[in-house]
Amino acid sequence: MALEFRDVVKRVGAEIYIYPTDLKLEPGGFNILLGTTLSGKTSLIQLMAGLERPTSGEIWFEGRNITTVSVQKRNVSMVHQQFINYPNFSVFENIASPLKVAGLPKVEIRARVGKVAELLKLSPLLDRRPLELSGGQQQRTALARALVKDSDLVLLDEPLANLDYKLREELRDELPRLIKDRGATVVYATSEPEEALLLGGHTACLHEGRITQFGETAEVYRLPQDLISAQVFSDPPINTATVVKHEGVFLLNGTTSWPVGADHEKLADGEYVMAIRPHQVVPANAKTGERMARIEGIVLVSEISGSESVVRFEVEGTTWISQSHGIHPTPVGARAAFEIDTKKCFYFNMDDHRLASAGSMRGGDV
Amino acid sequence: MARISLRNIRHSYVEEPSGEEDWALKSMSVDWADGTACALLGPSGCGKTTLLNIISGLLMPTEGEVLFDDRDVTSIPPDARNIAQVFQFPVVYDTMSVYDNLAFPLRNRGVDKKTIDRRVREIANMLDLEAMLFTRAAGLTADGKQKISLGRGLVRADVNAILFDEPLTVIDPHLKWMLRSKLKELHQQFGATMIYVTHDQTEALTFAEQVIVMHEGAVVQIGTPIELFERPHHTFVGHFIGSPGMNLLPCELDGEHAEFAGHSIRTEHPVRLKTTPDTLQIGVRPEFVKFAESGIEVDVTKVTDIGRHAIVETRSGDNIIRLLLPEGQSAPAGRAHLQFDPKHTQVYADGWIVE
Amino acid sequence: MARKTTNQKAWFLVIPVVLLVAFNAIIPLMTVVNYSFQETFGDNVFFWEGVKWYEQVLRSSRFHDSLLRQIIFTSIILVIEIPLGVAIALAMPKKGIWVSVCLVLMALPLLIPWNVVGAMWNIYALPELGLLGRIINGMGFDYNFTQGPLAAWFTTIMMDVWHWTSLVVLLAYAALSSIPDAYYQAAKIDGATPWAVFRYIQLPKMKRVLTIAILLRFMDSFMIYTEPFVLTGGGPGNTTTFLSIDLVKIALGQFDLGPAAAMSLIYFLIVLLTSWIFYTLMMNNEEK
Repeated sequence: MALEFRDVVKRVGAEIYIYPTDLKLEPGGFNILLGTTLSGKTSLIQLMAGLERPTSGEIWFEGRNITTVSVQKRNVSMVHQQFINYPNFSVFENIASPLKVAGLPKVEIRARVGKVAELLKLSPLLDRRPLELSGGQQQRTALARALVKDSDLVLLDEPLANLDYKLREELRDELPRLIKDRGATVVYATSEPEEALLLGGHTACLHEGRITQFGETAEVYRLPQDLISAQVFSDPPINTATVVKHEGVFLLNGTTSWPVGADHEKLADGEYVMAIRPHQVVPANAKTGERMARIEGIVLVSEISGSESVVRFEVEGTTWISQSHGIHPTPVGARAAFEIDTKKCFYFNMDDHRLASAGSMRGGDV
Repeated sequence: MARISLRNIRHSYVEEPSGEEDWALKSMSVDWADGTACALLGPSGCGKTTLLNIISGLLMPTEGEVLFDDRDVTSIPPDARNIAQVFQFPVVYDTMSVYDNLAFPLRNRGVDKKTIDRRVREIANMLDLEAMLFTRAAGLTADGKQKISLGRGLVRADVNAILFDEPLTVIDPHLKWMLRSKLKELHQQFGATMIYVTHDQTEALTFAEQVIVMHEGAVVQIGTPIELFERPHHTFVGHFIGSPGMNLLPCELDGEHAEFAGHSIRTEHPVRLKTTPDTLQIGVRPEFVKFAESGIEVDVTKVTDIGRHAIVETRSGDNIIRLLLPEGQSAPAGRAHLQFDPKHTQVYADGWIVE
Repeated sequence: MARKTTNQKAWFLVIPVVLLVAFNAIIPLMTVVNYSFQETFGDNVFFWEGVKWYEQVLRSSRFHDSLLRQIIFTSIILVIEIPLGVAIALAMPKKGIWVSVCLVLMALPLLIPWNVVGAMWNIYALPELGLLGRIINGMGFDYNFTQGPLAAWFTTIMMDVWHWTSLVVLLAYAALSSIPDAYYQAAKIDGATPWAVFRYIQLPKMKRVLTIAILLRFMDSFMIYTEPFVLTGGGPGNTTTFLSIDLVKIALGQFDLGPAAAMSLIYFLIVLLTSWIFYTLMMNNEEK
């Protein structure tokens, strides 16, 4: 049951919320919309739900044009960031409400609510009212209500954003199990790159109303097609710098250089935007591997988080971030050396910021 | 700036507390040296916000004393305590400009115009708010507003402490990072005592020199981020800090050695118990578990690639053991063996670490 | 595939509303417009008079007087009711059982039919029988609202304040209770005085609601009819004859349909224009 956007545009007044978008989402696994606030995640979800109509373009579902089909007729369920439950209903009645609307026999309602409550660990709480529950339990109730009916389309709009850290971890772990074996197309909006990676499936990177890249989550992460996608899919933010390719080496800041790898041999000489994720920039003097390039900078901030150290340092006016395993306290204000794993660098064209492709000309499609 | 001490603080929202569960905050005493960056970390409902409000004076504790530099301030109202507080949701005075917002606390205290102007510009400069000093505060984004809230605290030269109540809740992840760094920077520059309430371990560990982990109204452990990570005193700390949390496995005792799934497990210290506990567990973080040629036999059940490493879930009988695999290494399929790093493997009796 | 599909069927759904509005508003309004340009002596015979009635109304001192009375009355009402309503809302408890008690008390005057309010105050303020009348006279004032113009105005204003201040209170209270605690806490920490809290937190948060309250009170009081009609009948003399009372006198008392129709339309335009100017000003201010 695939959901398809064909040249969909959403404008509100003079403002463009969604630029022309083509997108095909398949059932099985999560379809993740990854982007910051106002990147268009919620607009897309509302278009999918039928709560909003596209300004132009069509939305197809299972080979049927549903652009003008109302939300009531779409068989959608949705979970919002805020915990939305009927305050005067018990947890049982809340979960059962979509089934009651559908006019299912009581026995079946009881059975299905029981089953989904079991999965979401709500069984002991079925008689309580939502306000007597913790935030995590309230959101579980909302999730249960969304999952109890056999929706064709399940839309989750940052469902874990308002929950405690540990609860989020727990539910993230459970969610993939809950949607498994359902025929439904599941869409999940989030602003956290790590959440996208944890849930897997497919990811669409969103930036200012445009989908910059769509594909398998791990693939989008490992091979961003343009600079924006790389930035959207990196937390802490990805490091970027201008490098010059010249006679088989990349040159950074006129001081650091490294040999061009086989993948990039055929790139034309000239300037590129280089991007490297923070965890591939590590403090020097760790065991130096092959093709590591050394840079030095002044430490601005040094943070230790669990088993990882994060250092922000400045090189020639640009802030760099290093994230490394282990605990390396670095004094602030001191000069420190770091190593870039140049095998992991991405290179983007200066003009359009697309991935500089190996082989043919700039921006070529090989 | 001041040293802050809490003496036998206890608080209940109930008129006449009877049972242990009536106390939102169980008895505690804590000292913060002048200039500490401290985090209060715990799940919602653990009492951390109650504690913060007691320090700021928005709440009178049922019992105990709050001292600023040996001065008893327990019954002194917030404005007389010279503290600043940044709330979960940004509080700005909508009708005022950014400048007037920053000047507000000084004007209320009758500071002269010249000093106000100097301070406001200084603080705006530090918080990168200069460009928007004369725009209306209502038009700013969430992170801009949160900076104003912070600025209203920093602008006062005599502030004893700056308190933060989950200040990054409404901030986008990529901006959280920036604001957190800014806070660190400000702390290093000002040396102000900062107390930061959060449920997010990353925020707590990156921000603070000292973290107080709270659970159900009680302090479970006070320590540096490294201590909390490497030697959690309680299984709750092990579980709550770290993502994923510590692996906790039921074990038996064979002399002074812990035994799990028929294997003798080497731990940091030999296990010497004074009494017989109800539960005995081995605790080891996923960071300190490795695949090996021999060791505990497990089935690999799930591998989640999160970029810089993969989280591998394995099963030994009914127990799940998670481990982290560095980027580039692949997990064996099916059967495998695990080894724990003895230096980072602890034993917990009834939840508490066996020293 | 760029063909745009529009569904025109939706327009049919609007038809009932259009018909309803036509019967309720447009047809009566057009009848009035019709009358205002013509002279009739009954039997459905009409003569075209152009803008004669408008000129007559706009030049008549009788209209000027009642318009002036109306403006003074409405201004006094607004000056008293808005601040008083805000003050009461601020003084009301924030939580506990007293909240509902206060809210019910506040809602009571709003539930009483308007003519009953007029009758109540009529009896209440009677110089010999009424409690209010006797108290005021007992204090040494010569108070008789059926005789003295000042007393009549005083009583009419008191009645309106009693009847309608609670509307302002309820609206303001709703706005106040939506302010998160953190704002008050932050203000405490910033050392703000109660006045500063009011000026910079409470007033800005109440602004939208107060705009609506002022608008409602303006329109209502500008069109006031029933209560003063029952209380004073527009007297003594014409001293409390407000626009709508005057209008009814002309239309039904004297059966001058032409001037009455012209006056109705002028009246209507004044209310519409003032409301529009007021609303635009407030909303523009908001955006700045």
